[in-house]
Amino acid sequence: MKTGTKSLSGRILAAVLMLAAVLALSAGQAIAAEKLRVAAVFETPIEEPWVNQIHVALKRAEKELGIEYTWSESVKSADFARVMREYAEGGYQLVMGDAFGAERIARRVAKSYPNTAFTFGSGIGPAEPNFAVFDNWIHEPAYLAGMIAGKLTKSNTIGAVAAMTIPEVNRLCNAFCSGAKEVNPKAKCKFSFIGSFFDPPKAKEAALAQIDQGVDVIYAERFGVIEAAAEKGIPAVGNMSDQWQLAPDNVVTSVVWDMWPTVRQVVNVVKAGVFTSQDFGQFSYMSKGGSFLAPYHKWEDKLPKDVKDMVVKRRQEILDGTFRVGIDESAPKSE
Amino acid sequence: MSDIFEQIFQIGFFTAMVRVATPLLLATLGEMFSERSGVLNLGIEGIMLLAAMTGFSAGYFSGSLWLGIVVAAMTGIVFGALMGLLTVTLGLSQHVSGLGVTLLCSGLAFFGYRLVFGQPSQPPNVAAFESAPVPLLSELPVLGPILFDHVTLVYLAFLLVPVAAFVLYRTPWGLNLRTVGENPHAAASAGVSVAWKRYQALMISGALFGIGGAYFSLAQFNAFTFGVISGRGWVCIALVVLGRWDPWRCAFAALLFGAVDALQLRLQSSGVIDLPFQVFLLLPFLITVVAMALVARNARAPAALLLPYRKEER
Repeated sequence: MKTGTKSLSGRILAAVLMLAAVLALSAGQAIAAEKLRVAAVFETPIEEPWVNQIHVALKRAEKELGIEYTWSESVKSADFARVMREYAEGGYQLVMGDAFGAERIARRVAKSYPNTAFTFGSGIGPAEPNFAVFDNWIHEPAYLAGMIAGKLTKSNTIGAVAAMTIPEVNRLCNAFCSGAKEVNPKAKCKFSFIGSFFDPPKAKEAALAQIDQGVDVIYAERFGVIEAAAEKGIPAVGNMSDQWQLAPDNVVTSVVWDMWPTVRQVVNVVKAGVFTSQDFGQFSYMSKGGSFLAPYHKWEDKLPKDVKDMVVKRRQEILDGTFRVGIDESAPKSE
Repeated sequence: MSDIFEQIFQIGFFTAMVRVATPLLLATLGEMFSERSGVLNLGIEGIMLLAAMTGFSAGYFSGSLWLGIVVAAMTGIVFGALMGLLTVTLGLSQHVSGLGVTLLCSGLAFFGYRLVFGQPSQPPNVAAFESAPVPLLSELPVLGPILFDHVTLVYLAFLLVPVAAFVLYRTPWGLNLRTVGENPHAAASAGVSVAWKRYQALMISGALFGIGGAYFSLAQFNAFTFGVISGRGWVCIALVVLGRWDPWRCAFAALLFGAVDALQLRLQSSGVIDLPFQVFLLLPFLITVVAMALVARNARAPAALLLPYRKEER
């Protein structure tokens, strides 16, 4: 049912966007002709933080790299192939998006358009000749945030509310927990999964359940958790973007994914005509600027100096390559 | 086993149970009214979503959450009336009409949200309803925090149960409504307007769906997001059957679902049972289905449910 619904709205949106694209084209054909045409296909609404990071970076590329950018949101698996084909056949040279729910579909469609570059967020590898991948490799800042949580917890119980036990979620949760354990061996980690990428009321309820069980620092892998932390007055760590504005008194920091280095690289490579089906994952690492720990904002004065120093030191070690945050993609278990 | 009880015998668990059950209770009571009049209202999922959006928008721009609730209820009434037009006046298939209304409302919710709010990076939010403890009662040990320390909508939802029971069983209006749902021909020959009764029931159901939907965007959470209903409307269809079309039993059904949902979240993070998370998420649905099979097996639906009424036609 929901599939139908979203595809309907997706269709309306696609129609509107295509109309807009046609209008824009006819208005300034001379300019448009030289621009790299980029389209994005997103499975979720644009507000979903994961997708929003890609969208924001592409908007920035629109300004700074002079690309022409359009997108479709809430495209469910049933419509995924059609929307991808429409863009490929509409002359877009680069098609980006997230393929987690439609890995096979996306790969199959890409094969039919060998002259179009496809670059998708994916849990698996790239595919020849033209399907490149990226992912949110932000376990490094998650580890740093875990170190802070390990120091802040008084009950020695920290928690994370996450989507589902898929590799990109697991490695963040595990990194967060091992960061906490490194500085506080007594720390125990609790994990809840809501079975959805975007169900804020459920995420909030799961967070409230954890807080009932003694969790006093919580990692908001999913949207909705920070609201529970604010209601119960405990510190929280945001995820994907700098989410401090959601609850300035509660959000200590955020594990930020910045898609700009990835998008810049992909766009430049396509422009230069040297695009290959590679894994752009490295461009989400801290050293490439693809992820970082957000500023402390209102917590700047509240965090003890030794904690801040500890983070600065470890951050430098990660950037220098002398400390490697382990990648553990096994399903995390509550303690 | 003792670990499970340890999770249950916590005040937080019961509080969560009541909190989770509230929007389901509102929508379940709404669905009960429409089904009692003989119309299955499958517009529930879409109407809840659309009302969550309109209610949130009204609350956001006016600064008054209660105005948001009113707008949500009115949204529900309008689309309840549309359901009436399709299923009562035109006598179309209730399944198809209901699904159509859900599709329409969901589409309108997305489209309307984009028109009003554009494409924000973070969903705009409001200061949601805050807990309004009942004086004195909320200070009772154990019961106080469980029952009397919630947002006002929670009290209203549960007060609605005896009100609905009274209206349904003790008033002429309720008698007529039930007759329309059991035997519309008899009701018509007694001078009751079957169509008008069904319209009324559908509008009441729409209003309650609307308030239930807006509970998510104004009380449970502080923003409208597209995942805000996520199939919770469909759950209420099952809860009505489990509740055997009776307000008290419907309240029990909603509380049962709320309890298992609250419990599974606690079991997940307690780490006492090592199972894939999907098993936990499945529990409330599984228990509802099992309970339905056990308790409601012999339940009899209103006799005229799903049947359009056409005058002088048997």
